[in-house]
Amino acid sequence: MIKVQEGLKYTNSHEWVRVEGQNAYIGVTDYAQHHLGDIVFVELPVPGDKVAKGEVISVVESVKAASDVYAPVSGTIMEINEELSDSPGMINEDAYEAWIAMVKLENDVELEELMDDADYETICKEG
Amino acid sequence: MKKTPLYEEHVALGGRIVDFGGWALPVQYSGILEEHLTVRKTAGLFDVSHMGEFLLEGEKATEYLQHLLTNDFAQMPSGKVTYSPMCYPDGGVVDDLLVYKFDDRKYWLVVNASNTQKDWEWCNAQNEQGVVLTNLSDSVAEIALQGPAAQDILSKLTNTDLDALKFYHFDPRVEICGFRVLLSRTGYTGEDGFELYTDNENAVRLWRELMKAGQEWGIKPVGLGARDTLRFEAGMPLYGQELSTQINPLAAGLGSFVREDKPDYIGKSALVQIRSQGVKQKIVGFDMIDRGLARNHYEVFSKGSKIGFVTTGSYAPSLGKNMGMAFIDVAYATVGQEIEIMIRDKAVLAKVIKRPFYPNNYKK
Repeated sequence: MIKVQEGLKYTNSHEWVRVEGQNAYIGVTDYAQHHLGDIVFVELPVPGDKVAKGEVISVVESVKAASDVYAPVSGTIMEINEELSDSPGMINEDAYEAWIAMVKLENDVELEELMDDADYETICKEG
Repeated sequence: MKKTPLYEEHVALGGRIVDFGGWALPVQYSGILEEHLTVRKTAGLFDVSHMGEFLLEGEKATEYLQHLLTNDFAQMPSGKVTYSPMCYPDGGVVDDLLVYKFDDRKYWLVVNASNTQKDWEWCNAQNEQGVVLTNLSDSVAEIALQGPAAQDILSKLTNTDLDALKFYHFDPRVEICGFRVLLSRTGYTGEDGFELYTDNENAVRLWRELMKAGQEWGIKPVGLGARDTLRFEAGMPLYGQELSTQINPLAAGLGSFVREDKPDYIGKSALVQIRSQGVKQKIVGFDMIDRGLARNHYEVFSKGSKIGFVTTGSYAPSLGKNMGMAFIDVAYATVGQEIEIMIRDKAVLAKVIKRPFYPNNYKK
């Protein structure tokens, strides 16, 4: 069963965002990890880099495929999840725990353009 | 898409079906890593019914093979399986295949699924010896049982003495749970194992019996994904990647299958010349030094100049490392040489290493 977690924001391209004040934690969804299969490599962004919404901030690679991760919001990369370097499979184990990067939000309005869990669930069901 | 007789089994087992060169086959069931490691540890079961099988019969069958293929079949005993490239006159590769010898007048060729039609036309066009060729591909199912527990599992289903069946040998008439099977000790994983050829209508029951017999060893069905990572670690070429019209067998490191000490055959003069002049580019193995995962077709550089391309890039599950094979200029093809793989416009450092990455566990 594909899990969609309550309280997160979602994109069409299967990223999630968890907002804590001005900090936005970004990861890929359970739907994304399920379709990719065993994840064996994560290319992490560089802390301090500025990203615009829609830009590629990371690449998640499974045995068979590489998948771009797009920034759901604009801002500055403040932190990256270094644990994913050695244990990329954490994304398969729990996609909503295994955040990839934390971005300092630049424009709060962008959050309103993201989906809530109910809308995202509909997207997943439609495939 | 074409379906093998085991299609419904794959769906029932949760296989994720993909289009593989026109065939509907599972890329994975439980997951590529788990399936891969299960084959290395105990055993896995593969549906390879998409492979092509040609029967050739006639007085001049051996003579025909001697002309068609680069390996030597003059002294080949019955019951033996021999690997060979099949080349064009310029030394480029039509396909690589297995030859099964029943007797001097009867052989099987087992060819790559994606090349079956091309090979069929090629084999017919070269037939100056009046050999009778029959394409059995649509009526023969093939199941591979691979891994260190393969013999223990299979011995539960047959009275045949499996110890007597040596590596790269076959028995055309083995009874396995009541079905007549052509059984060979061959595979594409670097592990001990068997390949079972049978009529399509027996495939489902045979598959189920094998799954059941393997239960106590934790046997798993294995998809195309792990089939590829297993052969990759074992250093085996895949047609279209390490062998092609542009990559001849000498460049692929398969020189021992290109014989000069036999009469003329297709590609001989070109290959003899290439060997005497030395290949310009060859296939090497590499290991990533910096972080990155190389993929097929990525370009390879050394100090700013392009020296070749990646033929297979993957995570090697048994070794826990990102590795690859590449077709590069011979000047850089020495073990220990540092090379750069272009990954998303960034040069990522790797180094040339020996193949295979994973030592084979064949029972000789």
